Amino acid sequence: MCPAERLAPDPAQAAATAMARHRHDPLELLQVLREVQEDCGWIPPEAIDCIQARLTLPRSKILGVATFYSFLHLKPCGRYRILFSDNITDRMLGSPALLERLCRNLWAERGKVTEDGLVSVDTTSCTGLCDQGPALLVNGRPITRLTERRVDELCDLVRNEVPLDAWPADFFRVEDDIHRRDALLGTSWAPGAALAAALARGPEALVEEMKASRLRGRGGAGFPAGLKWQACRDAPGKARYLVCNADEGEPGNFKDRVLLSTAADAVIEGMTLAAFATGAWRGFIYLRGEYRFLLGHLESVLARRRGAGLLGESILGREGFDFDVRIHVGAGAYVCGEESALIESLEGKRGTPRNRPPYPVTHGYLGEPTVVNNAETLAASCLVALKGGAWYAGLGTAESTGTKLVCVSGDCEKPGIYEYPFGVEIRQVLADCGARLTQAVQVSGPSGACVPAAEFGRRLAFEDLPTAGALMVFNERRDLFEVARNFVHFFAHESCGFCTPCRVGTSLLANMMDKLANGHGSPYDFAEIERMNLLLQSMSHCGLGHSACNPVLGTIAKFRPAYQRRLAHEEFEPAFDLDRALAAARQMTGRDDPAAHVPTENEEPA
Amino acid sequence: MSDTFTLDGRPIAFAPGQTILQAAVAAGAYIPHLCFHPDFKPHGSCKVCTVKVGGRHSASCTTQAVAGAVVESDTPEINAERRALVQMLFVEGNHFCPSCEKSGDCKLQATAYDLGVMSPHFDHFFPDRPLDASHPAVLLDFNRCILCSLCVRASRDVDRKNVFALSGRGIRTRLIVNSRTGRLADTDFAATDKAAHVCPVGVILPKGRGFDTPIGRRVFDARPISARADATAEIASSDAARE
Repeated sequence: MCPAERLAPDPAQAAATAMARHRHDPLELLQVLREVQEDCGWIPPEAIDCIQARLTLPRSKILGVATFYSFLHLKPCGRYRILFSDNITDRMLGSPALLERLCRNLWAERGKVTEDGLVSVDTTSCTGLCDQGPALLVNGRPITRLTERRVDELCDLVRNEVPLDAWPADFFRVEDDIHRRDALLGTSWAPGAALAAALARGPEALVEEMKASRLRGRGGAGFPAGLKWQACRDAPGKARYLVCNADEGEPGNFKDRVLLSTAADAVIEGMTLAAFATGAWRGFIYLRGEYRFLLGHLESVLARRRGAGLLGESILGREGFDFDVRIHVGAGAYVCGEESALIESLEGKRGTPRNRPPYPVTHGYLGEPTVVNNAETLAASCLVALKGGAWYAGLGTAESTGTKLVCVSGDCEKPGIYEYPFGVEIRQVLADCGARLTQAVQVSGPSGACVPAAEFGRRLAFEDLPTAGALMVFNERRDLFEVARNFVHFFAHESCGFCTPCRVGTSLLANMMDKLANGHGSPYDFAEIERMNLLLQSMSHCGLGHSACNPVLGTIAKFRPAYQRRLAHEEFEPAFDLDRALAAARQMTGRDDPAAHVPTENEEPA
Repeated sequence: MSDTFTLDGRPIAFAPGQTILQAAVAAGAYIPHLCFHPDFKPHGSCKVCTVKVGGRHSASCTTQAVAGAVVESDTPEINAERRALVQMLFVEGNHFCPSCEKSGDCKLQATAYDLGVMSPHFDHFFPDRPLDASHPAVLLDFNRCILCSLCVRASRDVDRKNVFALSGRGIRTRLIVNSRTGRLADTDFAATDKAAHVCPVGVILPKGRGFDTPIGRRVFDARPISARADATAEIASSDAARE
């Protein structure tokens, strides 16, 4: 499926094929661009010429969309495009050294294409393979469990230009790693059973059961799913839409990948339930670009369900119950996990969060009432349909009913998926996954909370620690400053750039953390970071900006020594470093002798 | 009889559907803003117009006015936050006011003066943003772009041309033009377009008449921007007068 390493196809032909596959619908622009990228290895101007003419879109719009998404390129990349997952868990497993090794082996420079056009190497945000890292993507396909040996083998394959399809299958093996099953993963039902139960009840009663279940959104925000369905059902509109949010970009999360790989029927059945309840006629699965490898599997599940009368017209023989699902593949943009940005992206635009209100339940896809539910929420709704809202409400805690898939990664023996009833203590999770000498855990990814050992009695629940699922474990040898710095760089990389505070503030914050890392920090910088946090909290357009300072504030509050030892001065230290500024000149002249350096000011304190 | 809300204690009447900033501008009350222009649908990206409504921060340009709402705007806390935003816009681009044709007519500069910005405060990014001098009548100096999207909206919604668009993401977001070469001369842009007259800073500049209004006699030289709630209209008219 990734023929880019073969002879480059004709860009015009690639564009024509992609557009035909998407019915020449301008709303499908992102899918067309993504497929051209897949076929050609980049998006050549000739392809854009064709798209511009056939879809009658302004070129500036096409370019605006293409440059928004990390996986789309308007300049030629290597025939092999290698992206190392840059989550902190990959780093802890040794990815920086492996990246360097690969670059050395292939005479490649990070961020550049080799002169023969063979390979380009860079990093990318978390690929959702934290339980089996270090991981990388080669031409969009994941390679897991990297070792020095695997990297060396990979380099040989690249040098010999072996097509990806002929690479060892074990390279591409992605495990589900499910270590604990509870109500959701432990229950199996015949495809269609939940739907049949719902049809017997009727849509109003299904919504009532959902409300009675008090099932809350599993993306982290926790909005009651039943209320969302009800609001969409009640909203006036010409058509209704349903979106399964499987754009799980939060570093450390990988439950949607496992759900879609092992329980795709449950997710799609949940979508169909929601469609029945709300009256939606069309559904979308927004599949993050990193999970492109699941596309074939998902298409086959959709086809099977259509054949079984579980999708399409008159579902399960019910006259007028028509619903079908399309898969929209993302292209590397974390912000599209935000529901209004996701809808913009579905409409073939840049993934910029909208001004709200109005909310998607009344004005969503194409301005029509739209439910956006997390993949796990939808899967869980099947249990509500099968066993009733009251039964479901009996699981978990008062405010957090049901179970939660927890994605464990980092310093432990058995990383992977653990399903617990809500309310489980962190201590319990750590015991189950074989974590020892744990210093802290990061709950719910960079936008969540850093929890120190003294607080391991806290519970995963909306009442205490809300979570989208990620639980990254850090043992006592880890430097939590570096964890926070990794997260801050993640936010800067993923900021959509729409609003001033987030666009500029996240990059300023990343620079401040680098300043500390370079040994130029002072307490003044702490004050600056805290000020930046207040500004991002109060002024940002969406949750990305609101939470971008969380990792730093959390670690400053609880792991002050990790910062303290990086302070060069007690009062103030300028950000400008003359010696560092000369690095580019040294590189250009090939010099690194003492005379090419200047002493920094802090070597002679005034 | 229309409904009212209070802006720093002053009653502001509004029509149904108006946002706080729209109503304030109509009433001649000043809330600092950069990406807002009364002729266009509010955008909400610069966040300089952020106010507190019932104690909660929100962008006044996109927040619907509600009867009886208590809106705080001109407070030391909010102005300090706005000052930081304006400083961010300065360090994000390359702004050299003394040599800029737009000096004195520039809303970014005027807003900075008005908010008491004394230094850029943050570290400069010094981005590489080449000029586009290809068009016979208009120069594009992207160094000063604050990504307010006014030209994008004007070209799309009024001129029906889509000459401008935003590209890239995050700190690498850039203004681009609608041509295969990336040059303004190869678009259907005209100096008479609405998009040629909405830039609040000095990106889109008419050629051939540098500094013909002397420094000292420009829009914000006589009075600060806060004393000119109708400043947007004034820049446009002074621009038109110079055509």
